[in-house]
Amino acid sequence: MGFLDYLLKSRNATASVAKERLSIIVAREGARGNGAPHYLPQLKQELLQVLAKYEKIDLEQVTVNVEKDGDTDVLELNVVLSPERTAQRAPVAPRPQPAMPRRAAPKAEAQPGWWER
Amino acid sequence: MSKVIVVTSGKGGVGKTTTSANLAAGLASLGFRTVAIDFDVGLRNLDLVMGCERRVVYDFVNVIRGEASLRQAVIKDKRLENLYVLPASQTRDKDALTQEGVGKVIEEFKNSGFDYIVCDSPAGIEWGAQMAMYYADEAVVVTNPEVSSVRDSDRILGLLDAKTYRAEQGMDPIKAHLLLTRYSPSRVAKGEMLSYKDVVELLGIPLVGVIPESAAVLSASNAGAPVILDPTSEAAQAYLDLVRRFVGEELPHRFLEPVKRSFFSRIFGGGQEAAYAG
Repeated sequence: MGFLDYLLKSRNATASVAKERLSIIVAREGARGNGAPHYLPQLKQELLQVLAKYEKIDLEQVTVNVEKDGDTDVLELNVVLSPERTAQRAPVAPRPQPAMPRRAAPKAEAQPGWWER
Repeated sequence: MSKVIVVTSGKGGVGKTTTSANLAAGLASLGFRTVAIDFDVGLRNLDLVMGCERRVVYDFVNVIRGEASLRQAVIKDKRLENLYVLPASQTRDKDALTQEGVGKVIEEFKNSGFDYIVCDSPAGIEWGAQMAMYYADEAVVVTNPEVSSVRDSDRILGLLDAKTYRAEQGMDPIKAHLLLTRYSPSRVAKGEMLSYKDVVELLGIPLVGVIPESAAVLSASNAGAPVILDPTSEAAQAYLDLVRRFVGEELPHRFLEPVKRSFFSRIFGGGQEAAYAG
């Protein structure tokens, strides 16, 4: 078996393939905020408190992310407004202009479809 | 100051329970009062690996439900003075672990003067795994040099940064350490296995240890004694190094290069390396 191992040595050099595949996966799935500041969860909570003064929203509908766009980091805040809100009474307080353009379906946009993978 | 350490990985079968048992035993052997908690509700195994399965009377879930006190449920190790085990329950009830209940148990350990609380996580990213990591201060991410394990570790690192008490409270993030297990230097040298440098680069967390693939690990679990208790094997020494690094010692990593084999063992196989290479 030792001799066979010796003969087969170079044919199984698959580690570099594994590394290449993983580096793509890890970069794309980006499970970690990759350098996202640790205050994000708290920022989310505080933003929510402010938003709750003006709009009826729940925590699940708010996403705060730091994304890399070339050389710059972008702090992205997405708030999905409650579907019943049109049926509700007028807002109690003046609504501020949204700082960022609202997106129709932020969750679907954040995740690339299977065909793009 | 007590520290809560979660041993986690995402993927199953990479050595979480073995690592928990050895980390806890190692810390206890250095004189730290240590408890290992099995979070794998339904599939408890830590008691078996640590050799106290016949002494389990009450378990983690009994304590959470108030059916037993912590003192009644915790098993004191017979070999090491400072080592304790809190076994998991075998209930199938998925919601048996509550965030509040887990928090209370950990708090009680902290107040009872335990230096280290080692949480052995179940595989996966479901509730049990999330509870195991929730109160952690530090994490040992157990990874095999293999694609699915590395990817799962990356997922786990994402959860550690987001779904934990420290993250939710905006405290300093959990310190995550990479532990590579089942490492085969000879296969790395042949280019058949990811090297420790590759995995460190991919996951971007500091390396706390490399445990070589070793027959001694299976023998130890067969016998129900953590491999670290008999420091003759390479795996035991590598675990001991890990423990000492964990408490702040700076040690170089060992067992990273293949063992030079003689001409005869090359021809006829045999010897340690060949035994696990297949």
